[in-house]
Amino acid sequence: MSWMCSVMCRGLFLRRMGPVLLVWLAVCLGGTWAVDKGNFKTCEQSAFCKRQRAIKPGESPYRALLETMELTNTRLTLQLINDNNKVRLLLELYRLQGNITRVKINELKPLKPRYEVPDVLIREPPTEPLSLLSQDENGVVLSLGPESQRVIVSARPFRLDIVEGRDVLMSLNSRGLLGFEHLRMQEEEKVEDGMWEETFKSHTDSKPNGPSAVSLDFSLPGVEHVYGIPEHADTLKLKTTDSGDPYRLYNLDVFQYELYNPMALYGAVPVMLAHNAQRTTGIFWLNAAETWVDISSNTAGKTVFGKMLDYVQGSSETPQTDVRWISESGIIDVFLMLGPTPREVFSQYASLTGTQAFPPLASLGYHQCRWNYNDQEDVRSVDAGFDEHDIPYDFIWLDIEHTDGKRYFTWDPHKFASPKEMLQGLMDKKRKMVAIVDPHIKIDTNYKIHNEISSRGFYVKNKDGGDYEGWCWPGSAGYPDFTRPDMRAWWASQFAYDQYEGAMENLYTWNDMNEPSVFNGPEVTMHKDALHGAWEHRDVHNLYGIYVHMATAQGLIERSGGVERPFVLTRAFFAGSQRYGAVWTGDNAAEWDHLKISIPMCLSLSLVGISFCGADVGGFFKSPSTELLVRWYQTGAYQPFFRAHAHLDTPRREPWLFGPENTALIREAVRQRYTFLPYWYQLFYLAYHTGEPVMRPLWVEYPQDPATFALDDEFLLGRDLLVHPVTEEGARGVTAYLPGKDEVWFDIHTFQKHNGGQNLYIPVTMSSIPVFQRGGSIIPRKLRVRRSSACMEDDPYTLYVALNNQRTAEGELYIDDGHTFNYEKKEFIHRRFSFSNNVLSSV
Amino acid sequence: MVTLGHFVLPLLLLGGAITVEVQRPRGVPLSKRQFYEEDKPFTCLDGSRTVAFDRVNDDYCDCPDGSDEPGTAACPNGNFHCTNAGFRPAFIPSSRVNDGICDCCDTTDEYNSGADCQNTCREMGRKEKEELQKLAEIAEEGFLLKKQLIQEAKHGLEEKKTKLEDFQKNKKDLEANVETLRTVKEAAEQPEREAKERHLKAWEEQKAAIRLEKDRARMVEVLLELDDDADGFVSVAELQSHSELDPDSDGSFTEAEAQGLLRGMDKVDAVVFETVWNNIKEKYVSESNADIPPPGETPPDETRDIVSENDSENYPDEDIPEEEEDDDDEDDDEDDDVDDGDYKAPPTTRTDEKKKDDDDDGPMPPYDQETQALIDAAQKARDEFNEAEKALREVEDQIRNLEKEISFDFGPSSEFAYLYSQCYELTTSEYVYRLCPFNKVSQKPKFGGSETSLGTWGKWAGPEDNIHSVMKYENGMGCWQGPSRSTTVKLTCGKETVVTSTSEPSRCEYLMEFTSPAICQEPARFDSGHPDHEEL
Repeated sequence: MSWMCSVMCRGLFLRRMGPVLLVWLAVCLGGTWAVDKGNFKTCEQSAFCKRQRAIKPGESPYRALLETMELTNTRLTLQLINDNNKVRLLLELYRLQGNITRVKINELKPLKPRYEVPDVLIREPPTEPLSLLSQDENGVVLSLGPESQRVIVSARPFRLDIVEGRDVLMSLNSRGLLGFEHLRMQEEEKVEDGMWEETFKSHTDSKPNGPSAVSLDFSLPGVEHVYGIPEHADTLKLKTTDSGDPYRLYNLDVFQYELYNPMALYGAVPVMLAHNAQRTTGIFWLNAAETWVDISSNTAGKTVFGKMLDYVQGSSETPQTDVRWISESGIIDVFLMLGPTPREVFSQYASLTGTQAFPPLASLGYHQCRWNYNDQEDVRSVDAGFDEHDIPYDFIWLDIEHTDGKRYFTWDPHKFASPKEMLQGLMDKKRKMVAIVDPHIKIDTNYKIHNEISSRGFYVKNKDGGDYEGWCWPGSAGYPDFTRPDMRAWWASQFAYDQYEGAMENLYTWNDMNEPSVFNGPEVTMHKDALHGAWEHRDVHNLYGIYVHMATAQGLIERSGGVERPFVLTRAFFAGSQRYGAVWTGDNAAEWDHLKISIPMCLSLSLVGISFCGADVGGFFKSPSTELLVRWYQTGAYQPFFRAHAHLDTPRREPWLFGPENTALIREAVRQRYTFLPYWYQLFYLAYHTGEPVMRPLWVEYPQDPATFALDDEFLLGRDLLVHPVTEEGARGVTAYLPGKDEVWFDIHTFQKHNGGQNLYIPVTMSSIPVFQRGGSIIPRKLRVRRSSACMEDDPYTLYVALNNQRTAEGELYIDDGHTFNYEKKEFIHRRFSFSNNVLSSV
Repeated sequence: MVTLGHFVLPLLLLGGAITVEVQRPRGVPLSKRQFYEEDKPFTCLDGSRTVAFDRVNDDYCDCPDGSDEPGTAACPNGNFHCTNAGFRPAFIPSSRVNDGICDCCDTTDEYNSGADCQNTCREMGRKEKEELQKLAEIAEEGFLLKKQLIQEAKHGLEEKKTKLEDFQKNKKDLEANVETLRTVKEAAEQPEREAKERHLKAWEEQKAAIRLEKDRARMVEVLLELDDDADGFVSVAELQSHSELDPDSDGSFTEAEAQGLLRGMDKVDAVVFETVWNNIKEKYVSESNADIPPPGETPPDETRDIVSENDSENYPDEDIPEEEEDDDDEDDDEDDDVDDGDYKAPPTTRTDEKKKDDDDDGPMPPYDQETQALIDAAQKARDEFNEAEKALREVEDQIRNLEKEISFDFGPSSEFAYLYSQCYELTTSEYVYRLCPFNKVSQKPKFGGSETSLGTWGKWAGPEDNIHSVMKYENGMGCWQGPSRSTTVKLTCGKETVVTSTSEPSRCEYLMEFTSPAICQEPARFDSGHPDHEEL
């Protein structure tokens, strides 16, 4: 029934199918708006999670066989044995450049190969020499390089400790939770429930390979704050999971997701950051199968007073966070990013999976979307509406209804009969369009795309070897196997102007439903026993989305002969998705809490490399109050991806439909965005160049100030802009924390100066967007806001020089053509400014 | 740009434009020319500041109101004036000056952007003139038609008012008639009721007598059957042979229990048995058909369950039929069953029982002649009364409809009255749309399928000064997760009454364009002061 819900939720067939579906609907929704949790598994309902979670901390059955140790210049290998079943594992340990340690554990002799994630790392990470410091029968000590960092391998039971000086940074298997289900023949052992077959609701997973889960625990002494592992609709600071389910990483199309819980959403980045006032580290668990992450803490239950008492009595144990990762298949391949600063963790992670794609400048402008703009005339009149009301925008979007019967790469012959005419009309105004291209392909022998994929054998196969079929927007659909390079190359070729009829250079792409969403599949996604060549969908699930995104971005690059930067938005993602474009937080709702959660959701993504993030402005489901809509525009104007979007069944909400006062408020918010475009562009260049996030939690810039560690109702853009949007209904004021005892902050609207290191109460009206510029910074802006970013290309810049207490300031300005890859050939201007002694100079 | 203390210094870094000499500063309309006197300091039009004249159009914004940069894009709130000779002059926002997009038809907004603009003012002027001419012609003809419509509406209204008066008079007569016939009817019904009751009572008595007789006969039969030794007495032992009579039905019919039934005696004679009989007749099973439950006996468990379930679930309380004995009026009962078609037919066991009972008592004897005559007379009075009442209702309906129509807002001169009870259709690629003004809007798939209501008449919804330019139809079929469907009908002047387009700008909110002469305004004389004369 879940698929039926999904169908109804996007209201697809409603009008034509009438009363029969209306009955279903009542059953599906039951009058509530919340997610139907029963459609998605809990750990208890996911056999491997239940099995692994049943293992409690204690002495590990694993022992390191030191006599098998081999140490070359670049790696150490060592066998581990499980004393309970005598199965041997192979441990590989690498020291990587840039203060990263990689730990790989696989079966020594697996029955058949186990899946290792390809295409996510940008290259085989370069190694550094490891050297043996000491060895005895209890273990070995290796040097990890200059900073007195060592890794201690203990033999019985097996555990790894990474230490620096006298401090333990991280311990692996210290709680004895290493689990590695070896591949086996079915008759070999006692069969537990769910090992060889598992049923959830009406779906049976055949599991021909039997149990194959892996899990490992990590202890983080001195750490009370961990972040990351998106995507979850939860706070920035991750919560302990002892009393409920672990955080789940399994890309799913969750209908009307619920806030503040660990349920899986559309994307998964298995990267966690740990932070305290001394150090920031990260754990990157490179596994694409369904994954659960448990977090516990020895201080979580304590009150502030309790902690203080511990401190006064000197009886305190060191705070510690313990983490445990559980994945359904594959191997353990984990990168320990040892910081020590947040910036270094970002660069360490970027060295593994790459940085944010440098987007075309226009994509940093405002995007106007709706499911759906009805026809060309509708597009024309919305476009004209922006001019009439003098609101800038760069992109107008078309959702699924623009196609000929949900056949992507086509246009509805009546409603969008002359797409080139429409695109030319936008081009005349220096504006652009995005059209959706989803990965499910209508099974229809009159549809070229289907016929080609089918004849080339590019579809994902079901467990019996036939083409996998699922139900999605077009009805019965096939799912191209994007894990195949030849399939991706073919897909990319479909974006060529001579293939994609009606496309022009100002048409860009949106990949939705790429979890993949399968309305009639288990948990609204693909069956785990579907086949991608030799591998099961189980192994590659969380990669499907990134592959779709990758192939689409490649297509946009190729159609211009490699000249133009692509812009592709995706809903599903994985580690590395930052390399291919933007993501958004999926189908949210027009509720104040959804506005609030957009901040931690995008911050969590930013911390793990994905800077180009946004939430649907106004909320996708339901209809926002005017106040909520205005506040959302004001917030979205200061978030990286700024797009309004709305469900098909909601009333229209173009910015001018709420009376002149509100039109003016929205216009002002969008115009503020456009004045800051030079700064946004520079931040994205920096993100592309260094891996530093565009939108940042405060603790990233003020890592020693514990007051910043859990803040997620305000954020920084780069180092220099602090944003505390109004996200409360009927707010009369907000309290913003201005960090930095030695800093000063200037209100960007009034230029009023405030000292750092304080909670500042700011009275607000409907026009207020509390934003502050850091004293000591120079921010470039463009004050001539025009119809679109392209219209502002040749306009002058205005530098906002905010002096610090030493009456100095620094800043930079990055300029290039805004849309090609020529910056790679150094065709850009990158100037640094400094202001001191009342003189502005530039180098 | 103002320098703001020493904390924030907005600096102009790049850019700059060439100021080109023209007769008046670029972007200034003739009407404001006097404020821009060359070689004199310029005072911002809001009076806030005075600057040297060379700061006018120097591509740097000095005046808060933007008035020092009428010809550049420097001020965020400025306006640029295009003369547009041959068409009509216009102001555009300063942000559209030199943005590479041609906004003024005389190309003056793009003097420094490299945009390739063509002067299209004459062409546009000509087109506009033609367009206006066409509209004026339509308006003229439409307005003539409208005058006719107003006349027709006036006549129509008068006719209706006359008709209404007639109906009202007629109504009074009919009301009187109904009252008279009601009295007649009531007078005829009284004797009818009494005669029927008499008849019924007689039959009841007769039935009771028959039943009593039957019961006695059965008692004697049973007595003979029980009296195994034919001594004229029923003994404890003889009674015990009928285990179904066990009072507590616990499977053992003891001597004491049997004795209890025999009122403490060991045996009873026929006279005493009469009192015993009343206690055992419900349970007694005749020896000749011991395997069949006797009439009135509790049916076996299974059947009972079904019956009771049906009683409680399929019948609302008030529909549970009365006990069969009292259920004389069989015809009525059957009518009820038909009416309650929503409920399942009663279970067969019940019907069977009922039949048996009816068979026992036999049908009610026909009415005697006298009673039948009274019934016939009453029926005739009833029929006549109903007839009269129906006629009155019809007239009342007509009055209501007329009053509704007369009181309808058909525009200031009732010019829209002709649309009443008409319908207009538009066929698109997918649907047939149907507008019945002042009634409803609907949509029907072209290739089969049921009709969907897009709203029923709500109100006139135009702007205050022209309320009759928009109609609103509301409360159509509900939308999933959305409001119920509604339609806005925009009226424009046309010679014909036609639906020209429909769209669904927002989900379930439809827009219909509708032309009608009734909306046409008296055309202004076309050649009076066309704006393009202003600056030639």
